[in-house]
Amino acid sequence: MMYVKAFLVGGIICIIAQILIDKTKITPARILVTLVGLGVLSVAVGISDKLVQFAGAGFTTPIFGFGIALGNGVKKAIAEKGWLGALGGGLTATSIGIGAVIFLAVLIALFAKSKDKS
Amino acid sequence: MIRMGSTVIFDEPPVIESWASVAGNHEKKGPLGSYFDIAEEDTTFGHKTWEQSESAMQNMAFKTALEKTSFQADSIDYIFAGDLDNQCIASSFGLMSFNIPMVGLFGACSTMAEGIALSSLLLAGGAANHCAAVTSSHFCSAERQFRYPLEYGGQRPPTAQWTVTGAGATILSKSGQAVASGNPKIRAATIGRITQLGIKDINNMGGAMAPAAADTLTRFFQDTGKKPDDFDLIVTGDLGELGLSLTIQLLQAGGYDCSDRMNDCGCMVFDNKDKHYGSGGSGCGCSAIVLNSYILGQMLAGNLKNVLFIGTGALMSPTSTYQGEIIPAIAHLVHIGI
Amino acid sequence: MPSDQVNKVNSAQYKKMVEEQAPKSNIGKDCLMAFLFGGSLCVLGQIAFDIAKSAGLDKDLASAVSSISLITLAAILTAFNVFDDIGRIAGAGTLVPITGFANSVVASAMEFKTEGFVFGTSVKLFVIAGPVVVFGTVFSVIYGIILLILKAMVVDVGL
Repeated sequence: MMYVKAFLVGGIICIIAQILIDKTKITPARILVTLVGLGVLSVAVGISDKLVQFAGAGFTTPIFGFGIALGNGVKKAIAEKGWLGALGGGLTATSIGIGAVIFLAVLIALFAKSKDKS
Repeated sequence: MIRMGSTVIFDEPPVIESWASVAGNHEKKGPLGSYFDIAEEDTTFGHKTWEQSESAMQNMAFKTALEKTSFQADSIDYIFAGDLDNQCIASSFGLMSFNIPMVGLFGACSTMAEGIALSSLLLAGGAANHCAAVTSSHFCSAERQFRYPLEYGGQRPPTAQWTVTGAGATILSKSGQAVASGNPKIRAATIGRITQLGIKDINNMGGAMAPAAADTLTRFFQDTGKKPDDFDLIVTGDLGELGLSLTIQLLQAGGYDCSDRMNDCGCMVFDNKDKHYGSGGSGCGCSAIVLNSYILGQMLAGNLKNVLFIGTGALMSPTSTYQGEIIPAIAHLVHIGI
Repeated sequence: MPSDQVNKVNSAQYKKMVEEQAPKSNIGKDCLMAFLFGGSLCVLGQIAFDIAKSAGLDKDLASAVSSISLITLAAILTAFNVFDDIGRIAGAGTLVPITGFANSVVASAMEFKTEGFVFGTSVKLFVIAGPVVVFGTVFSVIYGIILLILKAMVVDVGL
């Protein structure tokens, strides 16, 4: 059941983004930034846990989930470390993903290059 | 040379001595594929960077055009060359080895027409006997500079155009100095003005450039008193499907009906049905390879007698785009007649 | 403007013409593809999460494993030069999930290595993904500051 809900919720988030791309002049970068912001906001207003309980990866796999992780990270870090946690909590919580992306990117760039698309 | 309004009429018209085109893989598969002098499936042309590949295409295009004449490189007095890479490096590196005095141009996709117009002015003015106009674009070098990395998985809007991989070279001689005196000649040239009608969308170059094409064509008709019927083909490069249709409408609004004889290099170079290319081809190389293969070939064969060739360029940069500016556009016209 | 003198159409009329005549995206097909690809990637993320969880990891770490799985998938598809072909079909379906983030970073790394690993790859790594990281971080810090203020005002925010 969770898989069905993840599929539907994740799919619908992508449809909303697709409609914005096709129908408006809003650039994809702005749409992604907005989704991240909404993720943080969902933590701030206290609904993120309920959302994730409901559809799991349907909410965490889209870039919206990056926002949830940032928001939760800050909250947790402030509880544990006090005010400095406000600065580092978001990055700490998302550091595994960002670290993985940077490392993989540089590793791949050692071996692979862009293919001729012309 | 007679100046009428902003159009220069050449009473001793410079002669197109020879021409050559180098094209890439998609262009080879397109409807004009068999007309290009060189068409390679491997558009790296054996080089490590796309900028080197593009330089190599310019080098080959000029060399091939030169080989079709009886001249050595040192007979060419001036080269007019430009491209889309920042600071026109494809031209500088591609033409470095020839040791010919060079004038670098940036006219975006209007560069071919701009180079031919300037060459003609110099030849007709008596400052040179032989000139060359060379330009190129490469899909990969343009993508990485203006849009996204090649492996980025984004979609292109249907109004976007596809940068042509290709280079074209035209060698022109002063009237009386030409060996191939039966070749097509440059009868007139109209230098374009910076024109805009408020379009900002960088994914709609055709829409941004159509007013410039219409402006230059209208001025040419007004200056010379000629009518669209006087020409077998009025060809812009490169507005794409949308831009071509808009240009025709703008001209109609001004009282010039060109709809039955107008075409666009961006619509000719690729199969229009294939939405892979969006609204059509673009880039300096697009009008360069269409002119320096099919169009001049058809003129030499006698199938086309009078052609208006209008190079259209979008003169924005990534900086001006991010600063929210409109897209300034320009169109240079040359009247080629046999 | 000079163009208005020769062209008989003004900017406002012209913009309307362009808007009306511009070819439109096939939004039905685009949305269907976005739904199918986006949904499937979320299911993959859920499967990776469940496997990690059943291996004994806590919720946060399992979530990280789920992200890394999709990041690795996208990175490999990019390295083998096929992600862009998929993305052209899937649109927001691969862009919005974490796969789009990974692709934009890996593609930049590969593209700009011709300018060297220092000035090319490293400098341009976040040329596309930068805004997401920058704004995400800024949003989280703003949220943190708001939390601190509320806490100082002795509002119960669960801290």
